[in-house]
Amino acid sequence: MNDEYEVVIGLETHAELSTESKIYCSCKNKFGIEVNTEVCPICMALPGTLPTLNERVVDYAIKMGHALNCKINRVCKQDRKNYFYPDLPKAYQISQSDIPLCENGYVDILVNGESKRIGITRIHIEEDAGKLLHATSFEGSSLVDLNRCGVPLIEIVSEPDMRSSAEAKAYLETLKSILSYLDICDCKMQEGSIRCDVNVSVHKKGTPFGTRTEMKNVNSFSAAVRGIEYEQKRQIAALEAGETVVQETRRWDDAQGISVSMRTKEDAHDYRYFPEPDLLTISVDEKRVEELKAQIPELPTQKILRYVQKLGLPQQDATIIAENVDLANFFDECTQKGGASPKIAANWLLGDISKYLNETGKTLGETKLTPEKMTELIGYIEKNTISTASGKKIFEIIVAEDKPIKQLIDDMGLAQVSDTSELEALADKVLAENEPSVTSYKNGKTNALGYLVGQCMKASKGKANPGMMKEIILKKLGE
Amino acid sequence: MELYEMTAAQLSEKLESKEISSCELTQAVIDRINSVDGKVKAYLTVNAEEAIEQAKAVDNKRISGEKLPKLAGIPIGIKDNISTKGIKTTCASKMLENYVPPFDATVIEKIKASDMVLLGKLNMDEFAMGSSTENSYFNVTHNPFDLDKVPGGSSGGSAAAVSAREAIVALGSDTGGSIRQPSANCGVVGLKPTYGSVSRYGLVAFASSLDQIGPIGKSVKDVAMVQDIICGRDKMDATSAVREYTSIADSLTGDVSGVKIGIPNEYFGEAIDDDVKTAVMNAVHELEKAGAKVCEISLPSAKYALPAYYIISSAEASSNLARFDGVRYGYRAKDYTDLVDMYEKTRSEGFGSEVKRRIMLGTFVLSSGYYDAYYKQAKLMQRKIAGEYKAAFNEVDVIATPTAPFTACKIGQNIDDPLKMYACDICTVTVNIAGLPAVSLPCGMDRSNMPVGLQLIGDSFCEDKILGAAYAYEKLIGGFAAPTL
Repeated sequence: MNDEYEVVIGLETHAELSTESKIYCSCKNKFGIEVNTEVCPICMALPGTLPTLNERVVDYAIKMGHALNCKINRVCKQDRKNYFYPDLPKAYQISQSDIPLCENGYVDILVNGESKRIGITRIHIEEDAGKLLHATSFEGSSLVDLNRCGVPLIEIVSEPDMRSSAEAKAYLETLKSILSYLDICDCKMQEGSIRCDVNVSVHKKGTPFGTRTEMKNVNSFSAAVRGIEYEQKRQIAALEAGETVVQETRRWDDAQGISVSMRTKEDAHDYRYFPEPDLLTISVDEKRVEELKAQIPELPTQKILRYVQKLGLPQQDATIIAENVDLANFFDECTQKGGASPKIAANWLLGDISKYLNETGKTLGETKLTPEKMTELIGYIEKNTISTASGKKIFEIIVAEDKPIKQLIDDMGLAQVSDTSELEALADKVLAENEPSVTSYKNGKTNALGYLVGQCMKASKGKANPGMMKEIILKKLGE
Repeated sequence: MELYEMTAAQLSEKLESKEISSCELTQAVIDRINSVDGKVKAYLTVNAEEAIEQAKAVDNKRISGEKLPKLAGIPIGIKDNISTKGIKTTCASKMLENYVPPFDATVIEKIKASDMVLLGKLNMDEFAMGSSTENSYFNVTHNPFDLDKVPGGSSGGSAAAVSAREAIVALGSDTGGSIRQPSANCGVVGLKPTYGSVSRYGLVAFASSLDQIGPIGKSVKDVAMVQDIICGRDKMDATSAVREYTSIADSLTGDVSGVKIGIPNEYFGEAIDDDVKTAVMNAVHELEKAGAKVCEISLPSAKYALPAYYIISSAEASSNLARFDGVRYGYRAKDYTDLVDMYEKTRSEGFGSEVKRRIMLGTFVLSSGYYDAYYKQAKLMQRKIAGEYKAAFNEVDVIATPTAPFTACKIGQNIDDPLKMYACDICTVTVNIAGLPAVSLPCGMDRSNMPVGLQLIGDSFCEDKILGAAYAYEKLIGGFAAPTL
């Protein structure tokens, strides 16, 4: 990127809420089912049908509002956004225009170890549209699947506070992580649970913001990064060539890696917003707002800070754990209830556990591992009941099968020998068999110590307590 | 007296005492339809076979000693914009010519639960837009008092059917006067209930914030009895009021002494025909003689109600009618080149000119740059008008006005003059704008022997007061005249 320029990015993020039923009817809110099976007269917009608001949607949105430090508009309304499209049966989308449920918030993101605050303009509730299906077998027509009609959405609009694609990515990752902490969205990107529109402009540093373009059809966070980078280059090239950037809506084509113009400002839809007369004003009492606030768990940014400042984890490790709600909850259980050492618990999570999850494609909840068991296992290692190597063997079993650890240690004969007299006898034997090493140690070659301890461990088939073994050898070499 | 000439209240007693059966009654009404509907043309669909089946089922229940609701076995006609499962619901539009709903409107569920017999579907102005029923895609309905005249609208079929004794009672819908004005034109009683008292679920929406389903009958008591059935909180309609209802029919005493009736001078101006004024004031004097207290009141913003009404109702209609796009149900144009062409041709061909006029008007007033000047102003005016009514009801129990500025017009007289047609609603729209209940009842004839309507307006959920006064008037004059056909 040309250093003279700065890019300005704002994001409009849509997240599908994981409520049981749809926003305005009692159809189930499900993904991946047979086309047009979760539909009813209401979400198909048959004449005479009326919407009724699913109150859970309001609760979920208010939770997100709290998590993003927003002001909650306890009294707000819903509006109709009118436009024709075959995936929109009513020919209007029920959304919120001038009074959103939540507004004026912020979220802190971490980019390269630095914290940055991104303003949140607003969060409003609305309904999703259906899906058009195009295929050559339909002989020139397109078909429509209305299962998604009425799936509840929140639209989270950011201020134009991001200055790089990396910041945009970190912002999106943070939103995703918060949504999963609140348990209000499935966050399955491949199913379109989170989608975003990207607003990009460029300007020379020290000059006012440039004209922005809005990019649609951005279906993954990595596509957002590619789209932003393409768009900033395109706009800078235009300005450098003496052209102007046209205010327009563009479509991101991820396969080709380009954005193409969809419509200019002149062709922009006039959505003719007006208050939805079929629904009452939303009025949430203060008590409910406070109750929802009390339900907000510790969020990733706070967790990262706590892990680093109080538990002494490296920032990178803290971030990886905190951004994944499953890992974080597991970690907190191990360290808080179980009293496991945070560093050791983190090492397990980022090491063997993550490796297992990556290899099997499972989530933590799908394994047999529980924080209790992990804590128990860590305890055996810390108390030297078993060696770290034995601990890894047991881990491999208990991650896949529900077996008691104590019994595994016994059955597999993994208990370490910590009996002094037994270890001393072993040391005597090994020292006697390795005269040359003993001599070279005494001549100052200290690395012979490791060899001798290793020989003891080998002779004990790994069961000797390595710490005690080392002390005994040292003592005997000093005699 | 023929069975079809009787009121629901009278028939209810005969059915309960097993003097007559619902089958006999239903057959008598169907025979009446067969004999006069060729002239009146009130029905779009007659549900004869199913109606007889339903009547038999009710009779069987009664024979087996089951305790039945009051109006069990009474045949009722339904305006064709109220969804009836398995029966075409066309809104008198080419757009929905063959549309059969897969569900019943909440009011139909209630009618069925009350064991009333569904006679058929009644003609109307297309999508309830109009004041003469001339905007029906299918046919014009004729006024039973003078077949050369319109029955009013938009519930012209409902009012004409009751007036011509082709239905014992009927349901209509009222967005700006569509129950009351045709009731006045056809010499029957029509109630527009308080907004939120009757569920709109299943009523094909015209203007959501103004639409209300209501009953039409030959007598005040009949209207009260049907209202008792159809009112109530419905969780399918977010705008339905959360409250308990007591029977209005049981509250009717015929005593009007001490009831305060307000006369707003704004409703007796130049636009109102002299015969209408005279008939309405005569009726008010009858009530005064019977003990009512009459006083003049003022509703200064009433004159802004008509423009506010046409802005708000058209705006909502433009959005409500957008779903008729040819994609999923209803009419679709035959030849088109692409999606936009399909939309344009479908909607150009499927809607009649009055509906298109309102959609264009509504689209305009909601457009960016015009919203504040029109829609927002109209909503502000709505609040002001509602406030003036509220204030008036601190002084009086009932407000009496003409229902319509003049009696029924000749067929074709106003059809090419939308403004003149819109003026028919001048006395009724304010009530919808303010969300209030109002009843229209016959109060005599004009010089050409056409019925004049008296409108009694009440405060929210005070249907008992306006129907109480109406019932008293009906008693005083000994009942309402029927047309000769």
